[in-house]
Amino acid sequence: MTGLASPTLRKAAPTAGTTPGTSQGPPAPRPRRTALLPTAALVLGALYCLLPVAWVLVAATKADDELFSTFTLLPGSGLGDNIGELTRYRDGIYWRWMANSVLYAGLGGILSTIVSAFAGYALAVYRFRGREAFFNIMLAGVLMPPVILAIPQYLLMAEADLTDTYASVLLPLVLSPYGVYLGRIYAEAAVPMELVEAARVDGAGEWRIFLRIAVPMMAPGLVTIFLFQFVAIWNNFLLPFIMLGDDEKFPMTVGLFTLLKQGASQPALYTLVITGALLAIVPLIALFLLIQRFWSLDLLSGAVKS
Amino acid sequence: MTQPPKGARRSYGVKAAPYGFLLPAAVLFALFFALPIGYAVWISFHKVEIKGLGLGKGAKSEVWAGLENYTSALTDSELLASALRVLGYGAIVVPVMLGLALFFALLLDSERVRARSFARLAIFLPYAVPGVIAAVLWGFLYLPDVSPFHYLLDKAGLPQPDLMDGGPLYLAMSNIAVWGGTGFNMIVIYTALRALPTEVYEAAKLDGCSELQIALRIKIPMVVPSLVLTFFFSIIATLQVFNEPMTLKPLTNGIPSTWSPLMKVYSDAFTGGNIYAASATAVVLALATFALSFALLRISNRRTTQGAGR
Repeated sequence: MTGLASPTLRKAAPTAGTTPGTSQGPPAPRPRRTALLPTAALVLGALYCLLPVAWVLVAATKADDELFSTFTLLPGSGLGDNIGELTRYRDGIYWRWMANSVLYAGLGGILSTIVSAFAGYALAVYRFRGREAFFNIMLAGVLMPPVILAIPQYLLMAEADLTDTYASVLLPLVLSPYGVYLGRIYAEAAVPMELVEAARVDGAGEWRIFLRIAVPMMAPGLVTIFLFQFVAIWNNFLLPFIMLGDDEKFPMTVGLFTLLKQGASQPALYTLVITGALLAIVPLIALFLLIQRFWSLDLLSGAVKS
Repeated sequence: MTQPPKGARRSYGVKAAPYGFLLPAAVLFALFFALPIGYAVWISFHKVEIKGLGLGKGAKSEVWAGLENYTSALTDSELLASALRVLGYGAIVVPVMLGLALFFALLLDSERVRARSFARLAIFLPYAVPGVIAAVLWGFLYLPDVSPFHYLLDKAGLPQPDLMDGGPLYLAMSNIAVWGGTGFNMIVIYTALRALPTEVYEAAKLDGCSELQIALRIKIPMVVPSLVLTFFFSIIATLQVFNEPMTLKPLTNGIPSTWSPLMKVYSDAFTGGNIYAASATAVVLALATFALSFALLRISNRRTTQGAGR
């Protein structure tokens, strides 16, 4: 795990736009031509990643009869109709799935961030018995295949009469070992021990120190944990798939899966699946683009710059 | 400790505080990790015994089965077949995905390359797309009736491969994983590259080393720990593949309901209704994952001089 927590010594990488010669100190780099081949490779990679998104964007505009008859990359005329059709399908159950996903991912993300912040802060700031043991047991949880958890979780939930409830999907996802790991890394990097000690000398209680000093300093890390959890829960399929029977409580992933499964026997539903897939990824992509400035991708890998 | 009396009380608070902060995580861990795991292990050693016709109360009872479920799990040819399928799939996914992630990370880190922030975001984008939806999108791209590839092949008069069956299915399935996972791994490796001090390769640059040489001789060796980490997580994720084959299944006859080991566990437990056998299989898979993880960690600790940060 080296390289994850090491503070960066490196100066800001020269950006593509800087003019050569203005930098002092290090020897002037060779004239900065654009390296065509590497740039082309990078753009090719980007296009490969955008291809299915571009396809679904176009396919969602096609009416039923156009989907199988016109060239795939030619836009159709039916986007509005398709969305209307999707909205009418079983009294707007699609939007219900969307709202459920927002609920699971939003509430789950918030709770998960709080738990991770607590645990991460405790592991980073205090020296206490069982600290490493706790951390290692928690990390071993990362290795647990979801299915070995999901079956007994289902059976235990059934014992407690909780299957097919919102809680059965929400509760097991609140604790994320990876979130705790990130919380620890961020707290270690962002909260100086001297400050904690100083606050103690001034008579502040531990809770107050956490709330007033640590939380503001950990804020960028906490945003990252929240987003990571949000995406993880939004993308989750197995747990709701096992826990839920009533499709009114389905998140988007399970809902679209059932729709696709029905579509296998009624191809008319394919248009709905495609439109649904598009509408399901648009909010997440928009969220990504919007919060880019608040969220450094680097933080996701656990690297912290001091 | 020469602290005033008040400080003594405070230091008690300091001692108790970490346990308070850890309480929510510990309770959740106990309820949703430890308890289910214990229960799964307990169940895996049991079976249902049916008395008489199996009707009425008390006709079915859980009895100790010993290793019975385990021996049948380990001798199950379907489980072996699914494990082999996933190993074959992993043998494609892991090297291709990490190779691409490393390649793109090095490109992002090199000078004179344009369109960096666009590429970085675009390649990372699939991370935001749920596996189920990724499989839906690619599934349609593979479906002869809708696929632009098939359209082009058809127009060119070339044969159109069935991507959803037999050998090509591995490629089709791997492609979805590579598409979804390259960006995340790229970010991890790129972050490690950015953390390297530039001084390390200034000298090499002065000596006239090309970017390629610097990448091969200096950068790659220095990010080995991140590569080990991404390798480790990719292997685990690959062994646990479930969402994508499950989603593609309705689109083809080429994917059996036991395609991957997790699908096998799922179908045993919920379609077949034998939670005892399914639990034993799940425990076997978990133990295999652990064994593999420890073996990988041992090897990587020995190979990387920098260790694992601890």
